[in-house]
Amino acid sequence: MIKPILAAVLAAGVVFALPASAQQQKLKIGFISTMSGPPAIIGKHMKDSVEIALDHLNRRVGGLETEVIYGDDQFKPEVGVQLAEEMLKKNQVDFMAGIIWSNVMMAVVPVVTGAGKIMVGANAGASPLAGAQCNELYFSASWNNDQSPEAMGKYLQDKGINDLYVLAPNYQAGKDMVAGLKRYYKGRIVEEVYTKFQQQDYQAEISQLRSKNPKAVFAFYPGGMGIQFVKQYTQAGLRDQIPLYTVFTVDETTLPALKEAAIGQYEARFWSPDLNVPASKKYVADFEKKFGYTPSFYGAQSYDAIMLIDSAVRGTKGNLKDTQALVKEMRKANYNSVRGKFQFNNNQHPIQDFYLLQAVKADNKDGVAMKILQKAFEKHQDAYHQDCKMKW
Amino acid sequence: MTWGLVFEQLLNGLQYGVMLFLMAAGLTLVLGIMNMVNLAHGSLYMVGAYLAVALTGWTGNYFAGVALALLCTLLVGMAIEVVALRTLYNRDHLDQVLATFGLILFFNELVSMIWGRGAQYASLPVWLQGHIDLFTGSRYPVYRVTILVVGLLVAILLWYVVTRTRLGMLVRAGASNRTMVGALGVNIKLLYTVVFGVGAALAGLAGLMAGPIYAVQPGMGELILIQVFVVIVIGGIGSVRGALVGAIIVGVVDTLGRAFLKPLLGSVISPPAAEAAGPALASMLIYLLMALVLAVRPAGLFPARG
Repeated sequence: MIKPILAAVLAAGVVFALPASAQQQKLKIGFISTMSGPPAIIGKHMKDSVEIALDHLNRRVGGLETEVIYGDDQFKPEVGVQLAEEMLKKNQVDFMAGIIWSNVMMAVVPVVTGAGKIMVGANAGASPLAGAQCNELYFSASWNNDQSPEAMGKYLQDKGINDLYVLAPNYQAGKDMVAGLKRYYKGRIVEEVYTKFQQQDYQAEISQLRSKNPKAVFAFYPGGMGIQFVKQYTQAGLRDQIPLYTVFTVDETTLPALKEAAIGQYEARFWSPDLNVPASKKYVADFEKKFGYTPSFYGAQSYDAIMLIDSAVRGTKGNLKDTQALVKEMRKANYNSVRGKFQFNNNQHPIQDFYLLQAVKADNKDGVAMKILQKAFEKHQDAYHQDCKMKW
Repeated sequence: MTWGLVFEQLLNGLQYGVMLFLMAAGLTLVLGIMNMVNLAHGSLYMVGAYLAVALTGWTGNYFAGVALALLCTLLVGMAIEVVALRTLYNRDHLDQVLATFGLILFFNELVSMIWGRGAQYASLPVWLQGHIDLFTGSRYPVYRVTILVVGLLVAILLWYVVTRTRLGMLVRAGASNRTMVGALGVNIKLLYTVVFGVGAALAGLAGLMAGPIYAVQPGMGELILIQVFVVIVIGGIGSVRGALVGAIIVGVVDTLGRAFLKPLLGSVISPPAAEAAGPALASMLIYLLMALVLAVRPAGLFPARG
């Protein structure tokens, strides 16, 4: 007779104890991206990927009931800071993640780390944060800005290509990309051309380029600029004459607008939907099933950011108060990343492989897809990690 | 720098100028005749591009798609005039700027809601995709030549309508003295709606022709609008002739600046200095030109009001 009563009492205890602990143990993540204006397509890829990550974790990051609060930075650092403050104070988030733009990231990171919370970058790879301004509360689930052009530079160097023509928009990131390229590419550069930021028409530059007759072209044109440059390059009939090597120019956010105009394009990056990694395949398959379009690297990084947070919270058995323990767990990178197994460098940026991709004909609705041709750079470390004083 | 290359760049400049002209013609008429600052002109350019993409896909025929898109943009333009702008003619420019800026936000959001945030794919028929061989030995896209020809034909047509027809006479009269035209018993309301609709259709034409070379995405109109304002300020507000001359000057100056300013500077100052100054100066060139024109002829090159 004692046993059932005891069981009932115990059960009651569990039932009554649960709401209290669940309430206390709710995990909140603030996720900032750009959801308005032309870059909103990137924000959409990122948000949809966070949702896939939540689906895969049964809506329980680290085993805890989870709420993700999304914010639109409108492409502006001051709005990003305002959002971060609101999420930290009003929503009392435990983690912050996301952010597309380096300038927004540079403004938001001090706010988050100042509040003693962990920031997981899901795109922007500002160099100061990888170097002198590294912080134990800042992790990158993406890369340092220079790494992709460095990988392309290394590939072009390894291939022995000479007479390279270089084009980029005339702003900080454009200069940084070219600097990254030149860190590993030591061949002859015919000319470096910097065009107006948000320029639409490149016919004048294309005529100049053709008159110099280079062996290859390297370009960095993100977003709409990339769509315009690549279309016009193909229309000028240069596609089959001079190979075009780019970074952050052609990806799954712009392929639907480019279609066959992109075929033959070379890109360098750390991830592609066809990467042969089980976690990546699962992510891509479920993403395509749920949303009906192909995810991009922006999405893959966002998915990874949530998975990284999940691994840390699991590692501390759901203890969100001990930030030091969370940092320690995150440093292990003990999760199934879409890029495969990787390690964090001392600056808490991934040491990872980079690939050379090409846009090829494909049997999908756009008729084109990115395909990994080869590894361009193995276990690539960013150029700034020596400047970071952190050791662990 | 060879003469062949200079010729090719002049052709590029002319083609770019013609594109700007299609936008500027409508804007200058609206500003000149209705005394209305219409920031939403770029939205009509975007609407034209999106409608051409959608209607070409729907009809499966490029010409049908383009013709329907033009008609629809004309109707959209007239609807905007009747619904939103009519009440603004007697308000001051600041109110007009605010209201038409609101229209920009409205159309960008509307387009995102219907077609999504991403850029759209604008197809071209196969016979427009090729390139012709120039005598200079390089290739020039057939499509760019088509833009050039269409733009010049529109310019001739507009010249004919404005200078040789009764409608044109009213338009010119409206640009010189609006009150008098109204006092003489002309239905100025209808004239305004027609002019605004035609201006919208021209912006739509520019947009649908820009689709295959530029990115068809929300906010695409704002990128070109600033240059268009430079064009009409240089050409003289309200003057179609001024818009054509201004557009070609801006197109050619901008193109030649981007192409040749850096090498030219390099032969005068040190190459690293030219490397830094060249692109910066090239992107400022049309604004410097505008400042110069304003200093010498404050009303522009061909002012409509005598």
